[in-house]
Amino acid sequence: MRSQAAELVFDEATKQYPGRPEPAVDRLSLTVPAGEICVLVGPSGGGKTTALKLVNRLIPLSSGDIRIDGTSILDLDLVTLRRGIGYVIQQVGLFPHMTVEENIATVPRLLGWSRQRIRERVLELLELVGLDPDHDRRRYPAQLSGGQQQRVGLARALAANPPLMLMDEPFGAIDPIVRARLQEEFLRLQRELGKTVVFVTHDIDEAIKLGDRIAILREGGRLAQYDTPARILAEPADEFVAQFVGADRALKALTLRTLGDLDLRPGTWLPGLPRVPVATTLRDALAVLVAEGHERLIVVDEAGEPLGTATRDDLLA
Amino acid sequence: MIPSFGQGSACERTNGWWCTDWLRDHWGDTLQPALLQHVELSLIAVAVGFAIASALAIAGFRFRLVDAPVGALADFLYTIPSLALFQLLVPLTGLTETTVEIALVSYTLLVLYRNMVEGLRGVPADVLEAARGMGLTRVQTFVRVELPLAAPAVLAGLRIATVSTISIATVAAFVIPKGLGEPIFVALNQNLFKTEILAAGGLAVALALTADGVLVLAQRLLTPWSRLR
Repeated sequence: MRSQAAELVFDEATKQYPGRPEPAVDRLSLTVPAGEICVLVGPSGGGKTTALKLVNRLIPLSSGDIRIDGTSILDLDLVTLRRGIGYVIQQVGLFPHMTVEENIATVPRLLGWSRQRIRERVLELLELVGLDPDHDRRRYPAQLSGGQQQRVGLARALAANPPLMLMDEPFGAIDPIVRARLQEEFLRLQRELGKTVVFVTHDIDEAIKLGDRIAILREGGRLAQYDTPARILAEPADEFVAQFVGADRALKALTLRTLGDLDLRPGTWLPGLPRVPVATTLRDALAVLVAEGHERLIVVDEAGEPLGTATRDDLLA
Repeated sequence: MIPSFGQGSACERTNGWWCTDWLRDHWGDTLQPALLQHVELSLIAVAVGFAIASALAIAGFRFRLVDAPVGALADFLYTIPSLALFQLLVPLTGLTETTVEIALVSYTLLVLYRNMVEGLRGVPADVLEAARGMGLTRVQTFVRVELPLAAPAVLAGLRIATVSTISIATVAAFVIPKGLGEPIFVALNQNLFKTEILAAGGLAVALALTADGVLVLAQRLLTPWSRLR
């Protein structure tokens, strides 16, 4: 029985292109625990996409090793390795001549699943990624919006239930509003599925939002820091990381927690105070206070019932 | 020279533009056999051309080194006027159907080969990367992704090749007494009988249009996705 999520270990993984002075990825060592999202982030030239493609051997390692649940990727047959890893790319790369259903069925077909099992899996996945199983499954990629295409791309990568997902700037080409929604849905999916995910982005905000851990790569493919978002924001390892995460890192740290994480004060339900849903991030809550010129807000649950109050100092504590 | 229009109807004796009675009398012994021969000549030429072009295109696509010389050869063949090519081949292969087919096949190669190679090369890089990343083998990628995605370009080439072959095949009558060119040549050489020239020429046009229509239909059925967007 295949595990739901796999531990991924980079062990001195190096990619050196011939004729280049610097390696693209330089002795990268890090461990992604099973079921966590590791975001590779950094400036262009940092080798984050290269590092990702080393895992499914789209780019061959020069030296070092990468292990999935203890097995070196070099010991696995190339085709077996790739069919066991979900792969999502920015341009999606859906097959234009296949319907949504056929696209999603690609790997299960290669693996020789029965028709019945494939059909059931496709319907399940369409539901999972928020598409209409009846209507959308017969459509061709050209008939879908960019956001819908990437949902199909995600469903296709998940089709054979791989324990490891590689995602290369999957939301990079999508407009900000749809991107934010896809990020939310991706997090919801991940809570449900608990895959091990390696996610590449150049957007530090996306990294903070999605990552259980963030690996910041700098020029020459060197690992600058590998840590949780909170620790990277609170204690950047060096000047490079501090600059990369931005001068507003204290503010960014506020996006990591919601009003629900605070010990709320019992309210004196003053009229005129802003009412803010409990799921709001501290940063957005602070923005409300600043915009409305108040010192205190009322936290409400989904039904709009007051749960308590929080002051500006509570948010910043 | 006083042309003789035979002993037919008044229309035939006066060389009318459109003698229905002549058409009726000679459909069976002249036009229909010519039409069937024309279909056969064209079909063989396109089928053989397609087979050769496919083999060359797969080679040219896989090995860039092959592409330039094959493309240049196809270009060169295409530039030879058809009459000249027939004349050049007669000393080698005689006044035979082979001569005709060699010439007709030569003309299909350029458009078929070029469209096939362009079709295969036109497969988007992200699609190929996704295919590789999902663990499709080279052969699977070719059969399941590259070939179907090249199909619209291949079919477009096939349409052009078919229509031009049907047109060029009328010239085959210079070499062998076959095809819709034959009644035209007979009429031109003997008596300039207008009805026969118009009827045979009209059939050639109708055949080309029909073949084109069939291929358009095939294109819609085989590649429904290519018309989206």
